[in-house]
Amino acid sequence: MAKQYETVIGLEVHVELATKTKIFCGCSTAFGGEPNTHTCPVCTGMPGSLPVLNKQVLEYAVAVGLATNCTITQYCKFDRKNYFYPDNPQNYQISQLYLPICQNGRVEIETENGKKYVGIHEIHMEEDAGKLIHDEWDDCSLVDYNRSGVPLIEIVSEPDMRSAEEVIAYLEKLRMTIQYLGASDCKLQEGSMRADVNLSIREVGAEAFGTRTEMKNLNSFKAIARAIEGERERQIDLLEAGEKVIQETRRWDDNKGESYAMRSKEDAQDYRYFPDPDLVPIMLDDAFLDQIRAKQPEFREEKMLRYKKEFDIPEYDIQIITGSKHMADIFEQTVALGSQPKKVSNWLMVETLRLLKENNMDPEDIRFSPENLAKLISLTDAKAINSSVAKEVFEVMFDQNIDPEKYVEEKGLKTVNDEGALRKTVEEVIANNPQSVEDYRNGKEKAIGFLVGQTMKAMKGKADPGMINKLLKELL
Amino acid sequence: MSILDMTACQLAAAIKNKEVTVLEAVKAVLAQIHAKEEIYNCYVTVDEEGALAQAKEIQKKIDAGILTGALAGVPVAIKDNMCTEGILTTCSSKILNNFVPTFSSEAVLNLQKAGAVILGKTNMDEFAMGSTTETSAYGVTRNPWNYEHVPGGSSGGSAAAVAANECFYALGSDTGGSIRQPASFCGVVGLKPTYGRVSRYGLIAYGSSLDQIGPLCKDVADCAAIMEVISTHDKKDSTSVLRQDTDFTSALVEDVKGMRIGIPRDYFGEGLDGQVRDAVLKAAEVLKEKGAIVEEFDLSLVEYAIPAYYTIAAAEASSNLERFDGIKYGYRAEDYEGLHDMYKKTRSQGFGPEVKRRIMLGSFVLSSGYYDAYYLKALRVKALIKKAFDEAFAKYDVILGPVAPTTAPKLGESLSDPIKMYLGDIYTISVNLAGLPGLSMPCGIDSKGLPIGLQLIGDCFNEKKLIQTAYTYEKIRGAFSRKEDR
Repeated sequence: MAKQYETVIGLEVHVELATKTKIFCGCSTAFGGEPNTHTCPVCTGMPGSLPVLNKQVLEYAVAVGLATNCTITQYCKFDRKNYFYPDNPQNYQISQLYLPICQNGRVEIETENGKKYVGIHEIHMEEDAGKLIHDEWDDCSLVDYNRSGVPLIEIVSEPDMRSAEEVIAYLEKLRMTIQYLGASDCKLQEGSMRADVNLSIREVGAEAFGTRTEMKNLNSFKAIARAIEGERERQIDLLEAGEKVIQETRRWDDNKGESYAMRSKEDAQDYRYFPDPDLVPIMLDDAFLDQIRAKQPEFREEKMLRYKKEFDIPEYDIQIITGSKHMADIFEQTVALGSQPKKVSNWLMVETLRLLKENNMDPEDIRFSPENLAKLISLTDAKAINSSVAKEVFEVMFDQNIDPEKYVEEKGLKTVNDEGALRKTVEEVIANNPQSVEDYRNGKEKAIGFLVGQTMKAMKGKADPGMINKLLKELL
Repeated sequence: MSILDMTACQLAAAIKNKEVTVLEAVKAVLAQIHAKEEIYNCYVTVDEEGALAQAKEIQKKIDAGILTGALAGVPVAIKDNMCTEGILTTCSSKILNNFVPTFSSEAVLNLQKAGAVILGKTNMDEFAMGSTTETSAYGVTRNPWNYEHVPGGSSGGSAAAVAANECFYALGSDTGGSIRQPASFCGVVGLKPTYGRVSRYGLIAYGSSLDQIGPLCKDVADCAAIMEVISTHDKKDSTSVLRQDTDFTSALVEDVKGMRIGIPRDYFGEGLDGQVRDAVLKAAEVLKEKGAIVEEFDLSLVEYAIPAYYTIAAAEASSNLERFDGIKYGYRAEDYEGLHDMYKKTRSQGFGPEVKRRIMLGSFVLSSGYYDAYYLKALRVKALIKKAFDEAFAKYDVILGPVAPTTAPKLGESLSDPIKMYLGDIYTISVNLAGLPGLSMPCGIDSKGLPIGLQLIGDCFNEKKLIQTAYTYEKIRGAFSRKEDR
C-alpha cells in the first residue's frame, strides 16, 4: 500500500502598514511617485543620517498583535540585519530578531473539520527595501528608494497548517483582521500583503518534521494554493524515489506551475544581527496597551452575530457585507441614516457587486458615500424615481459619488406623477399602436408590455410603470 | 594682544566692541593657515571663499544686533566626520573622496545659528579609527608643540588646529578618547559630553552607542560657551536627551570647596609615565589646597574596558561602514565585473588597513556562534563598568586622573603595534562605555617639552561640575601656551 503523507505548513506573511509616512523618516509612503522623489537622507542611507521610529507603526503592530492574541513585548528593540544589496541603502535592514514586538499568539480558522487554531510565533516590525530596475539595453541597473523605509510587519506562524485550504483560511483571517484594524489594505496583487510558504511533508502518524523548503513569489491566493499542491507533490516524488528534500528557498513560477531553487541552506548568509544602537529600546507601558486595546474595532465574527440579531437580512448577505470592513461601514452608516436594512443590503449585494466585478474592483475601492446611498433609497421609497432610473443614477453614483437628489433634479429624471399628463401620453400610444392594441384585446397579455415600454419611452423613462399599467388597462 | 592669541570668547567680545571685524579675524586665521598648513596639515579642506563670504554676512547680523551670542563671528574648524552642506566631507578616507553632503550636522547648524564662521574640515584618523591621526588617507597631522610628534587622535586635526592658532576653536568627536587624548597631546581643552547631550545627527557614525561630539578649545570658558551652543535636544536623533541644565557658563566659578574628588588607584599603575603621573597628582594637590576633598579609591574593572570597547565599537563600525559600497556616493573602483566584484574592489581600495582591521574584528564578533561569547559579553562588561562608576559617583563629584599613559609619541611609533596603540586608550574609553562626560586640560609639560593632560570625569549630565573644577584649576595653573614652533 502506498504511503500516506501529511503536509506541514507554516507561513511568513509580510504586511505593508497603512501609515502616511515611512517607518524611520517623514517621507511619504504613497505609491507611484517618480523614482527617488519620496526620499530623504534617512531612507537613502546617507552618511550621518539617523532613524527615528514612527509611532503609528508601533500602534498598528500592537493592534495586530492584540487582535491575534499575542503577548506584547513591553520592552522591545530593533536589530540590524546586515547584508549587501543595492536595494538596501545602508546595507543593513532595520528589523527585529531578539525581542519582536508580539509573540505567542493564535488565530481561529474554520476548516472542513470545524474550528482550528493556528499559532503565531511572532510579529516583528521592519523596513521595506527599495526597488532595482534592470536596464537590459544599457546593461546597467537603477535603484528607486521610494519604497525604502516603508513600514512592514512580518507575521510568522507556527507550522500548524496541513492543507492549502487551511492556509487560505488563515490568510483570509489575517487579512480580514488587519483590514478591520485599518492597519493595511492587504492586497496580494499589489504586494501590500506577501506570503512565503514553509512546507515539509511527513508520513501520517510521524512525529518528527520533515525537511522544509521556503517558497517565495506567491502573488495570489490561487498561486499559493497551486504552489502548495506543487511543492507537496515534488517532495513526495523525491521521497518516493529514495531521494532527500534539501532545505532551500524556492521561487514559484505560477505561469509554468512549477518552482525552482533560489538558494540552499549552505549559501545561507550570516546576517550578523545585533541591536541597532541608533534606536533606543521601546518601553510600552500598560496604559499604552490599554489605549490600543480600547481602540480595537468590532471584528467580523462579532459583527456577523450582531447583524443576525439586529437586521432582517439573509445570512449570505451578512457574510458578503462583513467580508469587507469598508462595505460593512457603508451598510451600517446608510442604515443609521434611516434606510431600511434590507434595501441597503440589496443595493450592495446586487448592483454594487455587479459593478465591482465589471470594473475589476475590490469592495475596499467603493467610493460612494452612505449619505448618497441613503438619498437614492429615499428617492425610490418616495417613488420620485422608478427602479430603472434608480439603477442608472446608481451607476453614476458608483462611479463619481454624485448626490442623487441633485443629479435627478438637474437631469430632470423625476417620475411624472401627474395623472393627466400620463393619461394623455397613454392615449397617444394606444392611438399610434393599433396592432399591439389589437393583439392585447385578442388575449395576448404580453402585448401590454410593449405598450408600457412605448409609454415609458415617450415619457423619457420618468414615469411610474405601475401607474402606466393601471392606465393602459383602464383605457383598453 | 594679537587676534590669533585671543580665545574664542575674547575674540567675540572684541568683535562686539568693534575692536576687530569678523573679516579681520577670518583673514588673520586664513593667513595663519597659509603659513602653517604645510608643516602641520590640520585640515583636509579649507573653505576660504566660504569663510570670507560668511564673515561679511555674519558681520552684518552682528551690526544689526541679530547675533549677540558669546561666539558670534568666531571662526571654527569642524572635524571631517561631521556633514557640512556643500562642503566635502571625507572622514579622512579615500572611500569618501568626493562626498559632498546635502545637509549639515545638527551641531554645525547650531554653531552657524550662533554666528560661527566655518573655516573648513579637519584631518582625523580614517573614520575616527586610530589615536594618532596617522591613518588618514590625506596625510598625517603633526603636533604643533613638536612636529616630529603626533597630535593624537582621532580628532588630531581639530586639536592641532586649535594649538597652532589655525582656528579659534574646533569640534571633534570622541568614541574612545578621540577628543580628550589629542587635546592632551596638543595642550588644549577638550570635552566629551555625556552621551545624548549633543545630537549625533550628521555625525558619520563609527561606534554609534559611544560617539559624541564635543569642543576642542583654548580654555575652559570657551569650552562652556561652546557647550551652551551645541547642547540641544534633537528629535532627529533618538538618543538625544532633552535637558534643562545647559547653562554651562554659570559653572565658571572659582571654587572647589567641599568638592569631592576621587582618584582611581587603577589609573596610576603600571604603564603610566612617571612625569605624567607626577603632573596629574600635582594638579590634584592644587585642588586639595583650594578646599576640595581628594581621596584615592579603587574603580576596578579597568583592565576589561579595552577588550569590551574594541568589541562593541568594532561591531557597530562593521555595520555602520557597510553603506560605503560604491553604489550611491563616494569612491567606486574602476575595473570590476559584476556587483560583488565592485563591492570587493571598492571597499578593498577605499578603506585603509586600520579600518579594515576593525571591520573584520567587528564582523567576527557579530557572526553567528560568536555573538554571545563576544558581543553580548562585552555589553555585560559595559553594564558592569557603568555600575562601578555609579558607585564611585555616589561618593565623589569628580574623578581625576591622567588622559593617556604618555605624552605624544613620535610619528610612526604607534601604528607598527596596534595592540600597544589600543592600550593607550585605557583611561579614556571607560568614560565612553559608561556614557559619562570627560574633560581634558593641560596640567604640565614633560622633559621633552610636550604637554601633559589632566582628565576630569563626571557623572552623567554633570558637565557643570567638571567645568567648575577645571575652571578653578585653570585659574591657579595660569596661562598655558605653546612657545614658538619647534
